[in-house]
Amino acid sequence: MGKLARLIGRAVNYSVSILQISKPVLGIETSCDETGVALLRWDRENPGRGLLSHELFSQVRLHAEYGGVVPELASRDHVRKLLPLVRKALADAGLGLSDLGGVAYTAGPGLVGALLVGGAAARAMAWALGIPAIGVHHMEGHLLAPLLEDDPPEPPFVALLVSGGHSMLVEVQGIGSYRILGDTLDDAAGEAFDKTAKMMGLPYPGGPALAKLAEQGRSGVYKFTRPMTDRPGFDFSFSGLKTQVLMAWKASDGSDQARADIARGFEEAIVDTLAIKCRRALAATGAGRLVIAGGVGANRRLRAQLAEAGAADGFRVYFPRLEFCTDNGAMIALAGAIRLAAGQHDDTLVVQPRWSLETLTAA
Amino acid sequence: MREFILADEAATQGIAQALATGVDGGLVMYLHGDLGAGKTTFARAFLRALGVGERVKSPTYSLVESYEFPGHVAWHLDLYRIADPGELEWLGLDALSDEAALVLVEWPERGAGALPTADVHLRLAHDGEGRRLRLESATKRGDRFLEGIK
Repeated sequence: MGKLARLIGRAVNYSVSILQISKPVLGIETSCDETGVALLRWDRENPGRGLLSHELFSQVRLHAEYGGVVPELASRDHVRKLLPLVRKALADAGLGLSDLGGVAYTAGPGLVGALLVGGAAARAMAWALGIPAIGVHHMEGHLLAPLLEDDPPEPPFVALLVSGGHSMLVEVQGIGSYRILGDTLDDAAGEAFDKTAKMMGLPYPGGPALAKLAEQGRSGVYKFTRPMTDRPGFDFSFSGLKTQVLMAWKASDGSDQARADIARGFEEAIVDTLAIKCRRALAATGAGRLVIAGGVGANRRLRAQLAEAGAADGFRVYFPRLEFCTDNGAMIALAGAIRLAAGQHDDTLVVQPRWSLETLTAA
Repeated sequence: MREFILADEAATQGIAQALATGVDGGLVMYLHGDLGAGKTTFARAFLRALGVGERVKSPTYSLVESYEFPGHVAWHLDLYRIADPGELEWLGLDALSDEAALVLVEWPERGAGALPTADVHLRLAHDGEGRRLRLESATKRGDRFLEGIK
């Protein structure tokens, strides 16, 4: 795959002379499971207002594309999903390909094959249309996604990114200037939810079901550790909680009440741990704003506890819409549009399965 | 075949460190066992002992994590979320066929036919509060690995 990337890179080595960034930017996300596409016209005053359409594969039906038959497309089958989604996004915005001013694609980090599908499609379209293309860092997309909301947070702010794949605290000093304060040493918070749920007999991935169960559980019946809160720093470690919960579950009477009580104890342990580290990060950076991103950001206990912490410590908490928290094309269109508007673009296709957020430069 | 009884997580980490001493060049190890049996805990301690650093993230969501350390490239795969071996196409698995690569695969049965052959099968199972670990060689390279353990 590495060789393929280099070959494609050579084949589409060209330069673009005119930036037409007043026209909409097409954003393409294919780094892992989801295929996401969006159209965004760069609007400095209110980026969210410039969002013309955004599509995730799961949201659309492809009857027309497949002659009435809807095939079961596997996760990560970006090849078959991408172009129908692009056509849908253009149709929803009432636009044609010739209306585009630029194309942004996720260039990493992620699965090399998945990244190449999105990158090659993006570069081919840009080349055919004679418009600039740019590779975007997936995590920069997540960090800038809150700017799509009305009343967006002004940098500097601290972002807590919690999902099935991530548990990170990042200081956003400005666009392109990021400092990773803490990261997980093992499992992500969402992964701990999903696997714990599975071990207690809920279908995988059962994180949201476990959180629902926790609402019926009693606080204090089961007490699990708050990993890594007894030492300085912002790193997380959630792997050990799985075994603690499994032991408690095996030692219990297996009743619905026991399961709910354990779920409650588990959720409190995760939420307390996240909240403790967030408060620490805000105190250490002096930032007055905290942004919550990632699928775990939908957790009600987490939202309530962070809102309380913000009121007590004097920082403001931002919860972007869930559709912008999980992987999506809008965040890639936004991050790409910001960089294209700053005059940046890439001349070759280079995907980076491993890519540190801290190596990015200002837009 | 070798078998070990592991009382707790520290014992799993201890055996992983001991087994890492047998690594001399490339090796493909399949890690079998239920959710929570300690496959990732084992892989983490094994990779740390080889010098990849403290942060060995679970590959459950990313499907594959890669590491570079003196003399080696290591790949840590978790195929739990793979429904069909055809999906492995997106992972860039051709790099795994490198003779010098160290490859650890969790849930290998979900990638049947698309993975390099195992040199060693490691099986973890719950055993009371602890775990039982079984180690079995499947190739000459696997035999050399087991003989090299100090």
